[in-house]
Amino acid sequence: MKRVALALWLVLAAVGARAIDTEAAFPDAERQGRYERWIHELRCVQCQNAAIADSPVGLASDLRRQVREMIAAGQSDAAIKAFMVERYGDFVLYDPPLTARTYALWAAPAVLMLLALGVAVRVIVRRSKATIDSDPEDAA
Amino acid sequence: MWRYFLPAAAFIALGGLFAFALVRIGQGSLDIREIKSPLLGKPAPGFRLPTLAEPGRVVASSAFAGRPYLVNVWGTWCAECRAEHSALLAIGRTSGLPIVGLDWKDDRQEAIAYLRELGNPYAETLSDNDGRTAIDWGVYGAPETFLVSADGHVLEKHIGALSLAIWQKKFAPRLAGGGAP
Repeated sequence: MKRVALALWLVLAAVGARAIDTEAAFPDAERQGRYERWIHELRCVQCQNAAIADSPVGLASDLRRQVREMIAAGQSDAAIKAFMVERYGDFVLYDPPLTARTYALWAAPAVLMLLALGVAVRVIVRRSKATIDSDPEDAA
Repeated sequence: MWRYFLPAAAFIALGGLFAFALVRIGQGSLDIREIKSPLLGKPAPGFRLPTLAEPGRVVASSAFAGRPYLVNVWGTWCAECRAEHSALLAIGRTSGLPIVGLDWKDDRQEAIAYLRELGNPYAETLSDNDGRTAIDWGVYGAPETFLVSADGHVLEKHIGALSLAIWQKKFAPRLAGGGAP
């Protein structure tokens, strides 16, 4: 039992330890924070379902290097974003911007919510009417 | 009545949409992994890289300015590149366009041996060892092929193995008509 627990603990510990960079990119928390945020915001366009922070492929490590260098050179977040979007398009961002092409994407949750609310209200109104109608005291 | 009809209609419409997409993926006419390049119609990013054969010699994109040319991204580690190689040789021969080979993150000796074995379709073969030029061109998976116009704009891009059929369908009309997409 103890062995099983140890094995389980090791597996769980390894899950957290899968970071690709072996050491911090920057000594200061501010730049390291910006770096971490960017590598989690940029999609690995080669593997497509991972951020460049989590991908072992060569292109992801090249893009991490690019982010690191741009932050080290004192470039702004807007410059980093522009650099990536110019080359790879909006798809490289995990947070796609609101454009004519993405209106439907952004509006869909609100529209679905309103539809669901409308249905819910109808059902509730109908049910409450039904219970009043079938109230035995009314019939009496 | 509509409360039975509506869910059935929605189900059929959704099923139809899925079937349509799956059939197109099956035929190869829809590639869900393909990212449309934002470079289409824009000025081509330049390059300035050492050649594969003589790393001391540097070739820049300005050497190709003034006439249309192709840029083909490849690597010896890329299986699809091997698949498109004969098409590339034929396109280089028949179109008369110079093809710039961008050898992406590759082993130099293996790349030289690969071209010796399969034939060399490239006017110049350049080594992009650190992958910076590939990033500038928005490359995300070899093989990728770009057509650059005489005035230095990206006219067309193909992701994946080229074939003569794809060349005739996608690239040849661009060369005949010119103009931005």
